[in-house]
Amino acid sequence: MTRGLAPTKCCTEFFSEFIFCVKRFFAPLAEPAVRRVVIASLTLGGAVGIFALSFGVASVSAGASVWQTCALSLFVFTGASQFSAMSVVGAGGSLAAAFGGAALLAARNFVYGLALSSSAKSMAGSLPRRIFAAHFVIDETTALALAQESPRLRKIAFWTTGIGLFSFWNLGTLIGALAGSAIDPQKFGLDIAFPAAFIVMLLPHLRSKLGRQAAALGGVLCLISISFLPIGIPILIAACAVLVGLRK
Amino acid sequence: MINQAPAHLWLMIIALAVTAYLFKIFGLVILGSRQLPKVFDRCLGLIPAALLAALVAKDTFSIGQSLVIDARVAGFAVAVIAAWRRAPLIVVVVLAAGATALVRVI
Repeated sequence: MTRGLAPTKCCTEFFSEFIFCVKRFFAPLAEPAVRRVVIASLTLGGAVGIFALSFGVASVSAGASVWQTCALSLFVFTGASQFSAMSVVGAGGSLAAAFGGAALLAARNFVYGLALSSSAKSMAGSLPRRIFAAHFVIDETTALALAQESPRLRKIAFWTTGIGLFSFWNLGTLIGALAGSAIDPQKFGLDIAFPAAFIVMLLPHLRSKLGRQAAALGGVLCLISISFLPIGIPILIAACAVLVGLRK
Repeated sequence: MINQAPAHLWLMIIALAVTAYLFKIFGLVILGSRQLPKVFDRCLGLIPAALLAALVAKDTFSIGQSLVIDARVAGFAVAVIAAWRRAPLIVVVVLAAGATALVRVI
């Protein structure tokens, strides 16, 4: 019987196969362009993780349990909506009002989906994969993916940002929720973390003249409409700024 | 202060998760394979620029439905300068948070 030998041989073969797969997986990192994208995605994830801490804290202090807080980050996975929902709940608002505002804020992901649709096939080929990828269609993934020139880099940017961000966002939420009201996010200026990250993400989109016009118009439209329209709507109004792309 | 958890909060969470997912899925799954006209494509490419700028404006200059100028403006200014000088993202975020925190202390 040679059975005694087989497991070790199998083990070494499996091991070398494993090493080969790992090497092949990380091989694209040798390219500077790919490395740049991956580093950008992961640092963004880290920054968002810091912000997730403050969501965890805010949500628990608004009355949600740790489980509910984590469920929001896992299954809703849209920072602004989660924040808005829990701040309405915390202020004693009705659940319907909390849901309404959050849903309107989430509506911009619909617009992001449109923006990503032309690259959908190259980013996530099959239908099941697209259905899975849809969960990651948010501000950050759209901004980083669309800032890349080639379809290949777009795909890499989308997936590393999506999965990296998802991990950091949920980890941060959990830690924040467990820490509870022991820390005050405002005291550490964490409320500016999101806009600060957005400013960095905005930069590549300001390279073109049209991009600058759309950004300026979007910001102005949002600020003008904020005082008289319900939460979430001003952001959708700002999306009209893309119409500057019509002329040319 | 820890508030009382509202009844049916789970219901809202589930409803929100489903709604958010439906919004996300439309472009990638339903529209996914279609070719759009050129002009349309160009407009859609401008979406991150318009929406990110709007989000920055909202998160910096407003609380709820009122426009306010507070410590966040300091963080905003620091972030713009740092980002413009090409500082890495994490540095920009930490500097901005630090600036805001500092102004709140003062």
